[in-house]
Order: sequence, then C-alpha cells, then structure tokens
Amino acid sequence: MTAVLDKPATAPSERRVVKRRFRRPTVGAVIVYVAAAALAVLWLLPLLWALSTSLKTETEASLGQDIHWIPQDWSLDGYRTLFERGDHLTWMINSTIVSTIVTVLTLLLCVLAAYGFSRFDFPGKNVIFGAIVAGLMVPGQALIIPLFDLVNDLQLAGTYWGLALPQVVAPVMVFILKRFFDAIPRDYEEAAKLDGAGHLRVLVSVIVPLSGPIMAAVAIFTFIGSWNNFLWPLLVATDPSMMTLPVGLGVVSGGYGLFYAQNMAAAILGALPLLVVFLIFQKQIVNGVAGVGLK
Amino acid sequence: MTVKTEAPAEAPAAMTRPPNPAGAKKKSWTGLWFVLPFAAFYALFLVWPTFLGLYYSFTDKSLTGRPASWIGLDNWTEAFGDERAWSALWNTAEFTLYSTPPLVVLAIVLALLVNRARKLGWFLRMAFFAPFVVPVSVVTMIWIWIYQPDGGLLNHYLQLLGIQDAATPTIWLQGETTAMWSVVITTVWWTLGFNFLLYLAALQTIDPSVYEAASIDGASWWRQLAHLTLPLLKRTTGLVIVLQLIASLRIFDQMYLMTAGGPNRATEVAIHYIYIAGFEGYRIGYASALSYVLFVLILIVSIVQFRLFSRKED
Repeated sequence: MTAVLDKPATAPSERRVVKRRFRRPTVGAVIVYVAAAALAVLWLLPLLWALSTSLKTETEASLGQDIHWIPQDWSLDGYRTLFERGDHLTWMINSTIVSTIVTVLTLLLCVLAAYGFSRFDFPGKNVIFGAIVAGLMVPGQALIIPLFDLVNDLQLAGTYWGLALPQVVAPVMVFILKRFFDAIPRDYEEAAKLDGAGHLRVLVSVIVPLSGPIMAAVAIFTFIGSWNNFLWPLLVATDPSMMTLPVGLGVVSGGYGLFYAQNMAAAILGALPLLVVFLIFQKQIVNGVAGVGLK
Repeated sequence: MTVKTEAPAEAPAAMTRPPNPAGAKKKSWTGLWFVLPFAAFYALFLVWPTFLGLYYSFTDKSLTGRPASWIGLDNWTEAFGDERAWSALWNTAEFTLYSTPPLVVLAIVLALLVNRARKLGWFLRMAFFAPFVVPVSVVTMIWIWIYQPDGGLLNHYLQLLGIQDAATPTIWLQGETTAMWSVVITTVWWTLGFNFLLYLAALQTIDPSVYEAASIDGASWWRQLAHLTLPLLKRTTGLVIVLQLIASLRIFDQMYLMTAGGPNRATEVAIHYIYIAGFEGYRIGYASALSYVLFVLILIVSIVQFRLFSRKED
C-alpha cells in the first residue's frame, strides 16, 4: 500500500517549521471553529449514543422508548450480563494473544530483513527483493481460499498460530524499515565494528536504538491491523472459544437480539482497547498515517 | 521514545545516497541469513498460495476433501457466464462509486477546517480519526442500532425534522435501494479519518509564505483554494483515490455484518460471493477462479498506483 513512503514517518522538525502564525479572531475564523467543532461532535455521536445506550436498563434501551441521550435510569446491567456470559473476555484474550504474536513476529522478521537488504549484498538479493516488491500488489483477501487450504494442511486451523502466522507477511513494513535504515549514516556502525561487534550485535545495539519511532509506528499499525482483521479469523476460528474480538462480536453477539443495552456494552468494550491505544500513541499514529502521503 | 526522533529524521536529507565504506557491501552470504526468515514466511504464506490458487482454479477441488481432478478451463468459463458473479462485481463497483467521492471530498473539507482551527487540533484529530481504530463489528453493531426502522436514532431525528413520516419509517438495511447507501454512510464514518489525516499532513507541509504572497496580491480565500491549495494537494488526492479503489474492491466485512449480502443479493459483493462459493458451496476450485478475477482487477489498480507514485519519487 505504501510504495510511496521513502522517508521516516516522523518528521517533527518539519512540522515545527509550519508553526501557527498569530491571527486575530476574524468572523471567518469563528465560523471555521464553530463548523469544525460541530462536525467533530457529529462525528462522535454514534460512539456517544452507543455509550449512552450501554448505560441504560434493557427496558429503557429497548425500541419504541423515547430517545434520551442521558439515561433516565442509569444501569450497568448491560456490562454485568456481558461479564457473566464470559465470552467477551475470552475473545479479548484471544485477540491480545494473536495480535501480540503477529506484532512481535512481524517486527522481528521485518527488522532482520530490512537490515539485510539495507546493509548487505548477497547472491539472489535482487530476485528476492523484486519478489517482495511484487508482493506489495497482491491483495491478501483474494488469497483466502488457497491460504485456508494451506493452513488446514499444516493442521493449524483453529489454533492461535493458524490465526496469526498468515498475517505476519507484511512486505510494506520491510520497505518502511529499509528506507529508514538506509538513511542511518554508516559511521555509527563502523565505530561499533571497530570495537569488535558482529552484524547482529550492530543491528541490536546501533540500528535498533536509533529506530525507536519508526519501529513503534510499525508495531502499532501491525497491532491495530491484526486486532481489527475480520475476514481471516472468521474463516479460521469457527469455534467460539477461539474467536477474536471482532469475529465474536460480529458472529455471536449479533445473536443477542433485542438486548440493546448489552449489545452496546459489548460494542463499547470492543472499541475500548484500541481507543486507549490510539489515545496513548496518538502522535505516532498520526505521524505514521501522514508518512504514507508525504513523499 | 519520541525524544530520539531528531537524529534519524534529519539524516535522509543529508545522505540520500550514503557513502559505501569498503567492506560494508561486498558480496557475501551474510545478508541472506538476515533476509531468510522473512523470505521463508513470505514464500509459504504469500507466494505459494498465489500459485496454489491458480492451480486450484483449473481443478474441481472441494472443501469436502474428495480427490480433485483437472478440469481445464471449466471454472473460468463458468465464472464468466455466472450472472451472480457479475452482479457481485457490479455491487462492488457500485459501492466504490458511491463511497469514493464523499471519502475524498469530505476528507479535504475536514482537513481544511482542522488546518485552520489549530487550537482545537488535538480534539478534532481525535474525533475524526477515532472511528478508524474501532473494530468493524463494533462499527456495524452501533450502526445497525442507529438504523433500526422503529425507534432507531436516525429515523427518530428524520421524523423530528419532518423529513420522514412516522407511519412509513425507512427500512435502511432491508431496503433494496437504501441498503447500499446505508453501508456507504457507515463506511464513510468509519474510514474517513485515514484520508483526513493524509490531507491534513499534506496541508501542513505547505509553506505558509505561499499564501502570504497570494494574500498580498489580493486573492480571495476561494481563489487561493482553487488555484493554490487544491493543485498542491493533487498528489495526495491521487494517492487517496487509488488507495480507496483498492480498499473498496476488497469490501466485505461491513456488508457481511450489516446486510449479509441482502436484501435480494443487492449488496452481495465480490469477496462475499467468493466466500459463499468456497465455504458454503464447498467449491474451492470455482472460488479460486473467482478469486483470480478479483485478484487481476486489484492488481491492475495497484500497478497504476505503483507507476503513478514510484515515478514521482525521483
């Protein structure tokens, strides 16, 4: 997706150049602020409505009742029923395990590969690199049928590994990291090598510490992508006890039927983990997306 | 984590082509060891399935596990004559056609607003981007609830505003014409934040002095937008449109969860039909042929993207 990214996503120095200039509040500015704030509130309404519904009793939440944004009859029953059912917690744990495996493996494999491509010349390099470039254009969704068959043959269907491993292949991340590594001056490594450090040691003690922000971006995006992946886990995890959160919520919770308070409690709890991740890593995420577009 | 940003971020400008000290790049097998683990995964989970799928498309392989046999082009001729497949492709195209314009135009509008409302920057960015990190099933759960014909939030307000008669509420997700639009609206709400951030980032790299010069020349805000800002955003718009095309061709999740392809298959999209053929009809061979049709379509768009943007890099 990002054949475009050729520079590290994080360029705060660049951003600071475009510092806000002092502007006297004009009518235009007031309109801009009001319009922007109104749209932002509008954008948040669906989430707020879900939150509001989740804090009502089932009776108040049911259809045909008057619409109240502030619950008339506050209640945590929706959440309590959810925890009594227990499956939500199972899915959350499954999602955490799968996304963690995917993120750790992606980071590990891509950092190694990016370093190899960035710093070495070896037989077959161009062929392998070319194959990975081509892979940028292969849509994963169009491969589900043979991939499913493969995972079945490997006897990984319905396991954490079956859920995680096919998601690890991320050519894009290799490119992003390689571009970043390419830009790191060799002098640092030469110094380490003079001290007798091997290649792996140079990677771990010189390159990796210099690549904190870009590795954080890769990790966060991989984690979010894997956490929100729907199609693959839908195919592989057919047993409710192995489902990830999006699949469990979509397939099983859809069957909660008319219990809207419980339904929205599930939605809010389903949204919460990544919203928290987003709030914590807002800067890295915003810069990471920005990096896709900047040349 | 962020303290260290400065050092490497500045480096690329100074050293686009780093010097090549003797010994650092001589041909040896060492580099291969670093690349090998990734390459092995890549070969197993991407390259191999790509060819396996092509092979299956020429067989009558079934999910039931009975032995498969070579049937030549039968799957392919069937696919090209399959009305349900064409209709699924058409629905995919329709979704793309409806969703792309708002996802581009609204993203520009929001980015322009946020770029000028700097003091609310953090809150605005959060508000518009937050839905993007929410899992698809949460998104669809919330919107199914909003779209409820009787007593749902949307119809409630439409009736309050007098746009809709309470006696004939719109059945959003079950109506043949409204179902597609309902999913489009949900998708715009869900994914707009990504495009918005792309535009915002592009806007923030525009040198303010460009505008100062234009202001001195007396150019109005509209003229500045039409003759300065939008042309400067051309590259970003190209990127957004291509990424959007690729994403829309792969549409499945929202449709599956919100309408299950209905009503009357009005929202059955390409991936959904592949899923049905493979996992409900057990026809792996046929589903593989269908996959390859979609594969080629996405590939064409991707190649356009690749050419469009790798050229501009130089």
